Amino acid sequence: MATTYRICPRSGLQFDTDAEKLMRFHAVAGVLSLLVGGIMALGVILTRWPAVKLLPADVFYMVLTAHGIDMLIFWIIFFEMAVLIFASSTLLRCRLAMPKLAWASSWLMVLGAIMTNVAIFQGESSVMFTSYVPMQAKWHFYLGLILFAVGALLICFIFLGTLVVAKAEKTYEGSIPLVTFGALTACIIAIFTIAGGAVILIPTLLWSLGYIREIDSLMYRVVWWAMGHSSQQINVAAHVAIWYAIAAIVFGAKPMSEKVSRTAYFLYILFLQLACAHHLLSDPGLGSEWKVVNTSYFMYFAVLASMIHGMTVPGAIEQAQRLKGYNKGLFEWLRKAPWGNPAFSAMFLSLIGFGFLGGISGVMMGAEQLNMLIHNTIYVPGHFHATVVIGTTLAFMGLTYFLVPVLFKRELMFPGYAKLFPYLFGLSMYIVALVMMGAGTLGVSRRHWDMAFAGAPMAYEWPGAAYLMMGLTGIFGVIACVSGGLWILQIVFSILLGKKLEEGELRSTPIPLTLPAPTTGSHVHPPATPGTLVLALVFLTAFILYYFVNWKYLSSLWGLG
Amino acid sequence: MADQEENIPVMQRWLDNPFLLLFLGITIPTVLYILWGVMEIANIPVAH
Repeated sequence: MATTYRICPRSGLQFDTDAEKLMRFHAVAGVLSLLVGGIMALGVILTRWPAVKLLPADVFYMVLTAHGIDMLIFWIIFFEMAVLIFASSTLLRCRLAMPKLAWASSWLMVLGAIMTNVAIFQGESSVMFTSYVPMQAKWHFYLGLILFAVGALLICFIFLGTLVVAKAEKTYEGSIPLVTFGALTACIIAIFTIAGGAVILIPTLLWSLGYIREIDSLMYRVVWWAMGHSSQQINVAAHVAIWYAIAAIVFGAKPMSEKVSRTAYFLYILFLQLACAHHLLSDPGLGSEWKVVNTSYFMYFAVLASMIHGMTVPGAIEQAQRLKGYNKGLFEWLRKAPWGNPAFSAMFLSLIGFGFLGGISGVMMGAEQLNMLIHNTIYVPGHFHATVVIGTTLAFMGLTYFLVPVLFKRELMFPGYAKLFPYLFGLSMYIVALVMMGAGTLGVSRRHWDMAFAGAPMAYEWPGAAYLMMGLTGIFGVIACVSGGLWILQIVFSILLGKKLEEGELRSTPIPLTLPAPTTGSHVHPPATPGTLVLALVFLTAFILYYFVNWKYLSSLWGLG
Repeated sequence: MADQEENIPVMQRWLDNPFLLLFLGITIPTVLYILWGVMEIANIPVAH
C-alpha cells in the first residue's frame, strides 16, 4: 500500500497517514489507561486518608496494584510510543518504517494491558506495581506485562528503523532535530527497560506456572528495578523533549545551545538508568561500592543533565521573548508569557515542579545515608508523584491540547476549562507531593493500608502533623483526581463531538526538504538570559538548603549532632 | 561531500550515530548496575 501524507494546515506538520493513525491509537489507549488508573487513584487516596479509610484491606491492595500498573506502565508508555512515532516520522518528514508491524505491536500492547488488568481485577494478583517475590500473581498478570513489553520493544525498533529510512531518503540534513534526539534517548532507555523486564518477568511467569521452584527475592529486586525505575527514566527523557517541543511551538524558541542540550541527553543515555539502585540502598546484600557508584557518582551526571535542561528550556523561552521585545527587567519575558495557553502553563508548571520537588528530593534519596531517613515511607510516592505526575503527566496533558486540533482535527471544547486545568491539577499535585514527603519524613509508611496500625500488638503514636498531612493528601488528591477526570472528559468530548477542522492537503509524496537560505552579513547575537540565571540560582539555593537540612536531621536522629 | 563529513567534529559524529548510542546506553547500565549487582548477590555466602 502506497504511503500518503497529510499536511496539517494549522501546524504545517506533515503526517504519514499510517503514523498519524498510530499516534491517535496510542494517545487514546494511553488516556483510557489514565482513566482506569485515575479512578483507582481515588480509591487509594480515600483509603489512605485516615478520616475516610474507604476500602477494606484486600480491595485496597488490588486497587493500589491497578493504580500503579495503569499509571506507571500503561498510560505513560502508550503515550511515549505516540511521542516516538511523532518524533521520527513527523519531525523527520518521512514514512514510518514497517507500519504493519507497528500495528501488530500496538495491538499486542493493548492485549497485554487488558490481560494484566483482568488478572488484577480478578483479585488474586494484588502484588502491587513492584510485584516483589515471594508474593505471587496469577500467570496472566506476568504474561500481560510481557506482551505489552514486547509490543513496546518492537515499536522502539520501528522508531530506530524510521531514523534509518529518513537518513537513507535524505529527508533531513545534518543531525536529527533536538526533540527527535530526546526521543532517541527515551527509546534507548526504553530498550534497556524492556530487556531488564524480560530478564526478570519471563522466569517469574514460569515460577507462577510452577516450572521454576523459587526465585531469589534479592536477585528479583535488583533486576526488576532495572525495569521498574528505568521505565520512569523513559518519562524524563520524553517529557524533556516535550518541554523543548512546546517551547518551540508556543514561542518559536530555539535551543540556547544544541551542543549543550545534546550533551545533556548523552549524559542521560550513559547514566540515567543507574538511578535504579536507589531503591536498594537499604538492602543488606549489596555492597556500599555498588550503591555509591550507581546512585551517587554516576547518577550525579544524570542530575547535572537535568539541571542543564532545566536551565536551557526556560533560557530558550527567555531568548525568544526578549527577541520579541519583552526586555524590561529580569522577568518581563516571564510575566508576558501566554499563561492562558494550557500547553505553555502545563509545561512550565511541569518544569518547575519536576525540578524543585521531584529533582531535589530524588537527589536527597539517592544519597545512601540520607535514604535511611525516608526509605519505604510515603516520602517515596511523594517524590515520584512529583516526577511522574507533575513532570511527565502534566507535560503530556499540556501537549495533548496541541494534539487535539493538529492530530485529531477537532476544535477543543470547553476552552475556559483548558486555561484553568494546569493550575488546578498541577498546583493540587504540588501540594499532594509536598505533604506526602512531609508525612514520609515523619515516618508514615509507603503502602500500608492503615497508617495507625490499629489492632497491632505494638501500636505507634504518630504526631498530629502526620495525620494532618495525610488528610491534606486526601483533600488535594481528590481535587487532582476530579480535575484530571474533567480533563479526560474534555479531551474525549472534543475528539468525539468537537467541531471538525479542515483536513489539509493529502499527497502521495512527501514535501521535499527545503533548506533555509544561507544568511549573509552580520550574525544576530542571541540576547543574554539574566532572568533564567536568577531562577537557576534560586533553584541551587533551595537544593543546597534542603540537602543540608536533611544531613542535619540525620545527625540529630543518630545523636551525633 | 567527503570533505564536509571530515569537518564534522568527532563528538557530533558519535551523537549522530543512534546505534553507537544504543550500544552505550545498554552496556553501561547492564555492566554497572545489573551484572555488578547480580555478582554481589551471587557472592553472598549461603546459610547452612
